[in-house]
Amino acid sequence: MRTTFAATALALSVFGAAAMPAAAEDALKIAYIDPLSGGGASIGQIGLNQLKFIADAVNAKGGVMGKKVEIAAYDNKLNPQQSLVDVQKAIDDGIRIITQGNGSSVALAIEDFVAKYNERNPGKEVIYLNYAAIDPALTNEKCSYWHFAWDANVGVKLQALTNFIKAKKDIKKVYLIDQDYSFGHSVADTAVRMLKEKRPDIAIVGNEFHPLVKVTDFSPYIAKIKASGADTVITGNWGQDFALLIKAAGDAGLKVDWYTFYAGGAGGPTAVKQANMPDQVFQITEGVNNIDYKPAQDVIRAYFAHYPNAPVYYPRLFNETGMLFKAIEEAKSDDPVKIAVKLEGMKYPTFSSGDEGFMRKDDHQFFQPLYISTLGPLAANQPFDEEHTGWGWKVVAQILVQDTILPTSCKMKRPQ
Amino acid sequence: MSAAGALELASGRRGRPLATYGAWLAAAVALGLLPRLFSSGFALTTMSLMGVMIVFTLSYNMLLGQTGLLSFGHAVFFGLGGFFTVHMMNVVEGDGAPLPLFLFPLVGAAAGLVFGVIFGAVSTRRAGTAFAMITLGIAELVSSSALILRRFFGGEAGVTTDRTGLVHLFGVTFGPQIQVYYLIASWCFVSAAAMYALTRTPFGRICNAVRDNPERARFIGYNTQTVRFIAFSLAGLFAGVAGGLAAINFEIMNSAQLGAAQSGAVILMAYIGGVGGFVGPIIGAILVTYLQATLSDLTDVWQLYFGLLFIGMVMFAPEGVAGLLARQQPLLQARQLHRVVPFYLLALLPGLAAAAGLSMMIEMTNQLTGHAPDGPAMVFLYAPFNANAVLPWLIAVVLFLAGTWLFLRAARLASAAYDEALATARMRKSAL
Amino acid sequence: MVEIVFISTLNGVLYGMLLFLMASGLTVIFSMMGVLNFAHASFYMLGAFFGFAISRHVGFWPGLVIAPLLVGGIGMAVERYGLRRVHRHGHVAELLFTFGLTFVIQQLVEMAWGKLPVDYRVPPSLDFPAFTVFSTNYPTFKIFELLISVAIFAALLLAVKRTRIGLIVQAALSHPDMVGMLGHNVDGVFMLVFGVGAGLAAIAGVIAGPALVTQSNMAELLGPILFVVVVVGGLGSLSGAFAASLLIGLVQTFAVASNASLASAFGSLVSQRAQAYLGDIWNVTVAQIAPILPYLLLVLILIFRPRGLIGARDS
Repeated sequence: MRTTFAATALALSVFGAAAMPAAAEDALKIAYIDPLSGGGASIGQIGLNQLKFIADAVNAKGGVMGKKVEIAAYDNKLNPQQSLVDVQKAIDDGIRIITQGNGSSVALAIEDFVAKYNERNPGKEVIYLNYAAIDPALTNEKCSYWHFAWDANVGVKLQALTNFIKAKKDIKKVYLIDQDYSFGHSVADTAVRMLKEKRPDIAIVGNEFHPLVKVTDFSPYIAKIKASGADTVITGNWGQDFALLIKAAGDAGLKVDWYTFYAGGAGGPTAVKQANMPDQVFQITEGVNNIDYKPAQDVIRAYFAHYPNAPVYYPRLFNETGMLFKAIEEAKSDDPVKIAVKLEGMKYPTFSSGDEGFMRKDDHQFFQPLYISTLGPLAANQPFDEEHTGWGWKVVAQILVQDTILPTSCKMKRPQ
Repeated sequence: MSAAGALELASGRRGRPLATYGAWLAAAVALGLLPRLFSSGFALTTMSLMGVMIVFTLSYNMLLGQTGLLSFGHAVFFGLGGFFTVHMMNVVEGDGAPLPLFLFPLVGAAAGLVFGVIFGAVSTRRAGTAFAMITLGIAELVSSSALILRRFFGGEAGVTTDRTGLVHLFGVTFGPQIQVYYLIASWCFVSAAAMYALTRTPFGRICNAVRDNPERARFIGYNTQTVRFIAFSLAGLFAGVAGGLAAINFEIMNSAQLGAAQSGAVILMAYIGGVGGFVGPIIGAILVTYLQATLSDLTDVWQLYFGLLFIGMVMFAPEGVAGLLARQQPLLQARQLHRVVPFYLLALLPGLAAAAGLSMMIEMTNQLTGHAPDGPAMVFLYAPFNANAVLPWLIAVVLFLAGTWLFLRAARLASAAYDEALATARMRKSAL
Repeated sequence: MVEIVFISTLNGVLYGMLLFLMASGLTVIFSMMGVLNFAHASFYMLGAFFGFAISRHVGFWPGLVIAPLLVGGIGMAVERYGLRRVHRHGHVAELLFTFGLTFVIQQLVEMAWGKLPVDYRVPPSLDFPAFTVFSTNYPTFKIFELLISVAIFAALLLAVKRTRIGLIVQAALSHPDMVGMLGHNVDGVFMLVFGVGAGLAAIAGVIAGPALVTQSNMAELLGPILFVVVVVGGLGSLSGAFAASLLIGLVQTFAVASNASLASAFGSLVSQRAQAYLGDIWNVTVAQIAPILPYLLLVLILIFRPRGLIGARDS
């Protein structure tokens, strides 16, 4: 019988942890739905830190239209179905602005759910702001009026990257290695197509796929890259698949240039430093810390003063929230229906450089200057390193907004 | 009446049929009335999900509880059932064939059965650890293939559908969640009843025999492999129903639904609820679904609590929640329950204190490590304090230690009271 | 061709030995206690993080000794105060107990070291290329990994077959009561075995941590591959696990080197329309599915040769 009670007590300990701060009435609430536990938590936590930092800064200045900004975090465990339960939960909590970023599977589920929800519940519309999911489907065949995307999608990023490669005549043989799922294939297919168009002289010497987070030892893949004689590798790998790949390359002494999407992700810079590959790994993003633009650097300094161990990984979150607040103030309302109208076509000076970007009305994709940067030892005017490695991102090239634009196949269904 | 019936179901014993029917009737009424009690969108979504998980967990318990087969890949059938349902819905919507939505879980059932037969033929040739490992291997193969075979599984995005696009009978569109809840509740009730009936059949008994003593079952002329195979296929069928319901509920299916996390979740649900009887998995499905949906809002180290809860259950209550309830049944019947309840309450109080102390220590540690940038100020059980101060730690440690000590003493008393009451109950019974 | 075969063999052996290093503790516990320890990867992770923490203060080499001892101690405590209690409820309960433990350990590691990967480095004394073949470097650390793995194999084999304690352990597995009556402390033996298993996992963690990624989700990401090693090798067989590690390492490595697919093998025999119908399966290359092959191997072995490669008894 004693055992019975021990079990009951343990069960009750679960409920003992009621430690939620009470929410203020009449605040501007934003639901943040991203992984905060399990494998995806490292990046989910970074996004949450940044969002809270932004909210604190805005609230210190009096909030938006006099309302305090509040971030309500929901842990979706990176699971699409759980995310839908969380969206429902947020709606019940009276929240009508939702933001999410990690995992295109989650993003597509939420985009679809929000569209159906808004159709079935007129007058209670919800708006979905996507800060990181970059499956092109989100703003093409599956586009939705209620979805706005701030990160450049795969097509846009590769458009910018191949425009950069077009001018680099020393690139002759390109190898592609990607994770075997839709994102990886979308990177590989688009890259092959665009390279053939812009640089028909480049030979694609390999187009490899490996299962998602199942590979422990990448040396066989490195051996294959080496045997192909490639001088450049393009990869969409992220997380452990990126870190292990780059470390295996460092071990084997493979000397090629790496063009990546996510080398800056959690653990990426650490892996590059461990592999000892200075200035060989490039990434394409909408901004890095070491762009010489004072307003951004001041914010980044303030951020590091608060979160010394977390990188500023999402400059686009500043763009997203900045544009949201601007739309609310212009509409004089936080009704998603009115916000959406204002966001469409909005022009906005981007966080990282102050250069203007715009939210395209046709597909709700934000277009912004993109940067190709490389990780390595820093010069005197480059103050920020990554993950305490002593190395930081340095801009190699800026891709102008007009060089990132790509047509869309979106046929937007607009509410009447 | 219904409580007694439920307990009877919990203990899996054949009892008075009237009580059993009463329990089922009560369950049906409860299913019908629940949305009136809990009507928020989140409640409806969660209850719908619970309904899905009840079917899924019950189907799993046909293996683990009834036949003694530990499978690590049950979500395969759940997921495949869901995928086939979604595809069929999309085909029918395109075709315009007059098939109403409530028939579509049958597609899941068929898919679950077919794959249950295929994978069952492979895996049930062995029992025990080998069986468990084969299911693990199959689960890995299927979930890995799901990412590679993008045409059928829809890649990372999965496959979406629109449940309102099918033919509408009596003006029911299945747009509002409440209508979907009733659809799931009906299917949940029917499936549960079918699975319960199955445990009453000779086949159900043979499954138990194969679980308890395969050698003897073989001696009396049953082919244990065939029994395992049939049980496995039927479990696949009902898991397919659950998958079909999930597809209707979420209107999306993706590869996460047939992955290891989902297979692990169903083991947790069945075990926490109790695998010994029929009611256990139902309790487990409800409890774990609720915890999964809400625990992460309370604390971001919810996995720790979840792990501790689970370890606690395995160590101290391996019969699960249902098992704990079933132990009270003889006392209830002999009207002896009043003798032990005060002792339970006596133990509950320090138990709660110990739990609060432990939880407080965990939350304070988390505030100082995981939330270090936010500073030491925190709120616990509505009380604000600093996590780096001495006093809160002192309070937490004292709560935990004193609570545990008192709890153990009270538990000993309660245990003695239980034994005594049980002895009385037995005496009365034999006197009758 | 020679280059591919040679490099693949070398890579395969190195990877296989890494697998054995990681799986040895699991084999020990499984073969001697019959417990499928789901928390094995968690002990491995603890080893990596302890190794990391110690290496920052006193260096890598003390970490290689201290971390496994600490984790071994934790393992013994887990056996003494948790697993032993659960034992009487059967193997399923034991397995689920270790399953619950994985949640707890992961969360504790996250609380202590955060969610981001930590910078656990290869010690400078081993951080240089050992040799270069076909212009590919092989780092000394990998050779060190291989040597440790072989050393552990030899030591375990000796301990089980040649020492008194090994004999007692083997006897205690099949006849615990008899061994107990002969005056041996059976409980103590099991506790020791579990501690050794956890300690071996930690050695793997200390060594693999710098080579791979040391992060709070490393246990989760490792997945069930180690079970494959143990089962394919044959339950309860150290030599089997050793052989299975090598086999899996080689199979996977050679598969990566191959670009064959159904389309390339039978492409000329099947009409275009049928090919389009077969879709994804048709064009999947062997390389693409290489890391999944071990699981296929697992299923096939269990169906056709349940004893495993060298196993002594049916699983």
